[in-house]
Order: sequence, then C-alpha cells, then structure tokens
Amino acid sequence: MSSPHSAGRTGLLLAWIALLALPFLAPNEHVLFLGIQFLINLILLASLNTLMGWAGQISLCHAGFFGLGAYASGIASTKAGVSPWLGLALAAMVAGLIAAAVGRPALRLKGHTLAMATLGLNSILSVLFTQLVPLTGGPNGLLGVPPLSLPDDVLTTAWSTFLAAWIATGIVLLALLNLIQSRLGRALGAIAFNETAAAAAGIDASQLKLQVFVLTAGMAGLAGGLYVHANQYVSPETSGTSVSVLLVAMVAIGGWGRYWGAVPAALVMTLSPEFLQEAQDAELLLFGVLMISVLLFFPGGLVAVPGAISRVCARLLPNA
Amino acid sequence: MADRTVLLQLLFSGFGTGGVYALVAVGFSVVYKSTGAVNFAQGEWTMLGGMTTATLAALHLPPALACMIAVPLVGLVGLMSERLAVAPLRIPTPMAITLLTIGIGLATRGAAMLTLGKQPMGYDGFSGNAVVQIAGIRVPAQTLWVLAIAAGFLLLAQLFFSRSVPGKALRALAADRDAAALVGIEPGRGVMWCFALGAFAGGLAGAIVTPLTFISYDQGAALGFKGFSAAILGGLGSLPGAALGGIVLGVAEALAAGTLSSQFKDAIAFAILLLVLFLRPNGLLGRADTSRL
Repeated sequence: MSSPHSAGRTGLLLAWIALLALPFLAPNEHVLFLGIQFLINLILLASLNTLMGWAGQISLCHAGFFGLGAYASGIASTKAGVSPWLGLALAAMVAGLIAAAVGRPALRLKGHTLAMATLGLNSILSVLFTQLVPLTGGPNGLLGVPPLSLPDDVLTTAWSTFLAAWIATGIVLLALLNLIQSRLGRALGAIAFNETAAAAAGIDASQLKLQVFVLTAGMAGLAGGLYVHANQYVSPETSGTSVSVLLVAMVAIGGWGRYWGAVPAALVMTLSPEFLQEAQDAELLLFGVLMISVLLFFPGGLVAVPGAISRVCARLLPNA
Repeated sequence: MADRTVLLQLLFSGFGTGGVYALVAVGFSVVYKSTGAVNFAQGEWTMLGGMTTATLAALHLPPALACMIAVPLVGLVGLMSERLAVAPLRIPTPMAITLLTIGIGLATRGAAMLTLGKQPMGYDGFSGNAVVQIAGIRVPAQTLWVLAIAAGFLLLAQLFFSRSVPGKALRALAADRDAAALVGIEPGRGVMWCFALGAFAGGLAGAIVTPLTFISYDQGAALGFKGFSAAILGGLGSLPGAALGGIVLGVAEALAAGTLSSQFKDAIAFAILLLVLFLRPNGLLGRADTSRL
C-alpha cells in the first residue's frame, strides 16, 4: 500500500510533461498567461509548503522574498541592462541571502521566532519597495521591465516565458521531492517528531531548518523573477504581509505537509480571481469561510478530498 | 525651546498609540497563552471595534454609549468565532488554530466590508473635538481618554488574572492544561473565554483610537501586526510587558516619524522588533520558558 505522502519521481515527471500541452491547448494568450501564473504560484506554494510541512516553520515573508526576487531582477534588467535570464538567478540569490541573514539568528531559537522575525522583515521590505522611489518606482511600481525573450525571436515572448516558468517549476518540484526523500528530509521528520531526541541522535536542528528556509526563500525569489518578466511590471501590493498571510492560508487549503498539496492550492489561487470577479465584494468572506471549512472538515486539505470520498464510498459499498 | 515642545508633542502622541498597541497586545497574549497559537484575527477585531463604534455614533448615539455597545459586541464575535470555528477542531494543535484564525480574520474582514462599508469612518471622540493644553503643548482630549482607558483596562486585567477565581483558572489552564482539567477547569470553556477577552481588548483598542486616526475595513491587519510586535517586544503573556511593549513601539514610531522620516517609520518600528527579538528573544519583560524533558 502506498502512503498518502508517497510521491514518485515518475509521477512528477509525467505531470510535468503533461503541463507542456497547455500552450498548445490554450485558446488565447489570456489562458496561456493564466498557465504561467499557475506555474509561478506553484513554485511559491510548493516551497512554502515544504518549509511549513517538513521544517515545521511558518514564514510570513514568502511574498516579501517573492518581491525581493521581482525587484532584484526587474531593477537589474531595467537600470543596469542585465539579461532577464541572468536576472532569474540573481532573484533567487538575493532572496536566499536576505533569508540567511534573518534566518540565522531567528532559527537559533525554538518556537514562533521565525514567524515573528519574517513578519517584521516583510513589513520592512514593503516599506522599502514603496519608499525607495528612484530604485523601485514607488507605489506606482516598476515599469518597462524587459520580457524573457530569446535572441532572434526564435519563439514568441509568451512561449519563451512559459518555457522558462515550466523548466523552473520542474527544477523546483524535483529539488523539493529530492529534499523530502533524502537524509535531510528524514532528519526533518525526526525533528518534527521530537526535536530533543533528534538532537541527541546528532541532528543539528537549527542548521537544517536554516538550510530549508534559505532554499525555499530562494525559490520564492525565483518565482518573483519569473513574475516580473512575465508581467513586465511589479508593484508593492504583490509582496505585502497580507499576501504572505494569504500564501500560508493557501498552503493550508491545499494540504500542508503533503507533497501534492501545492497543486490544488496553486489552482485555487490562480483561478479564484477569475471566478470571483463578479462576486468581488464577497470574495474575502467566501475565502475565509472556505478556509475554515477545509480546515475543519478536511484537515488534510483539498488534496486529501478524493481519498476521503473514496473511503466513504468504500464504507457505503463494501462489496463494490 | 521649540525642540522641547516638539519632543513633548511626539512623546504624547507616541504614548497614545502605544496605549492602543498595548490593548491589542493583551488580546494576542491571552489567546497565545491559552492555545499556543498566533491569533491572526486579533487585528480584524480591533478594526471591527472601531467601525462598529463609528457606525453607532453616526446614528447620533453618544460616543461613550456607542463604545459601550460596540466593544462587548466584538467580544461576542470573538466568542462565537471560537465556538463555530475553533471548538469543533478535532486535534487542536497550535498550528491548526493559527491557520484557523487566518480564516476567521479573512471572514471577519469580508463581513465587515459587506455590512459596514468600504469608507474610512471616524467619530468625534468622548469629549468632542476638545484639545487640552498640557505643559505648553496641545493634546487632543481623546489621547488622554485613550491613555486613561488603556491604563484602566490593563489594571483591571491584572487584577482579574491575579485575584479572581476565573482569572486564576485561566492561568492554571495556560500553565498546565491537563492538571487544570484534573481539578475541574474545563479547557474548552477556558479557550472560549480567552477568545472573547482577546476580542474585547482588541475591540476596545479600535473603538478608542478611531477618533484620532479614522479606520476602514482593511486596516485591521496592520493594527494587528503592530499589536503582535508590541506583545513580542514586551514578552508574550506578560501584562506589564504588553504595556511596556506598546509604549516603546508607539514612542519609537512617533520619534522616528517626527525626527527622521515619516515614510520609513514603520520600517524603523519593525527593525526595533527584529533587534529585540534577536537580542532578547523572550521580550523586554518576558521570562525564558523552561522546558523539562
């Protein structure tokens, strides 16, 4: 019997290749753009889910790292003429470096320290994004960011952007899968089970948590880099503390601590603005109620719903 | 002596906002102590207190009466939230409750927007728009009301937790859930009252600050984060700590805005928070949690 946590590399590979059909099936650029947005959200949520589910830490700066990546790559390419492709690497590095600087002192301590420190960090970043007008464009946002295009226009910009997001998603998801199935992942499981016992077995808990925190922050930065070139624009609202809280909520709705939980979470996050456009004023209320209901009735998140339904069916139809 | 008056003016406004942060911080601490969860709905309750009081005041109720109706209502919202969303939780881990409070917060903000509107609201204050002269500076009377009410509430809360039987029961619950249950304290009930008390404190903070700053449905989160910071600054779970944390944060913010730059005042406030967090992880007045294996 396969455990609900099992996630094979084959399954991941197949799902990843299937995603490549999207640009062929997309009837128009809008749908293709939604696909790109979905991949960016997937990177954001899968990395946060790993931090929450396996390292047991809440980061309230995931949107801040996303913003750091977006502004780093956006500013480098608009003001210094750096290639957007190089900018993606820069985005991940800047976010990872800042995460390391704040994570090192915060993760020496147990408990909620990281949540508190990241909340403070995100608030500071928001102020900087808004107030450093010559660099970031201030509240109006950073305009005229170059897209991820290939030389000689081998592919349309939409196609090359999609491919970049697709490849990045593949790398991130494979890296996270390797992480949780490796020695490191088992060590994290031991920490989550009993930190003192894990330490007695020679596991350096704070060092491990720091590594996961920096890695996942770098992934959020990469997502930000993809975002800024896909939209050719970034504004401070996309990286505020309330977005960070929303990301934590999304992970919970999808199923935190379950590898595939990020997929329904990214779907909800990408599609809910589309569907709730008419009911815009009710969006917040609906969202809150949805979140409470999922947490109460499906503690495993949306990803656990099919399993729960099949279990109920099996009980009702014992001979089927 | 212009400098001295400016400084005094900044100190007074800092104490005023500090008192409000202290009340929000108490709300945070109470829920944290009873559940171990970080309560993301706290800021929304603060917003709700301000919006409801302003709505009632707009119906020509005297501001003090509006406040006395609105604040217990917010307390009731906190109590109902706990009953409807937290109590049914099968395995109430701190993480699960923390996530639930995000949902409660979003739902509360959405409901406030739909019922009370999107416009920023305010009312005149308990003494109208009166301004008082103190030591050569002009202070809005409402600032003095805020200070008096915040101090009064903190004092009452301190008495409640140190002298009264229900207060002691809640403390026993925070200290050791199982041992408290053995001597007849029902944990579920305790958590319910802590949510109600937290919402009451938050609602009171929102109600008394609204004449000074105005309030709209989307300002709860920011207020909540400030209160959270104040609670951490002072030491989560300590009432004098909450008061000190609130005042330190409020004064630091006012001084930063007045003497350095108003655009960066939030960044400065949060930089102080990070510094305290790293140098004194248990807050200015908090004690280290000792854990036994």
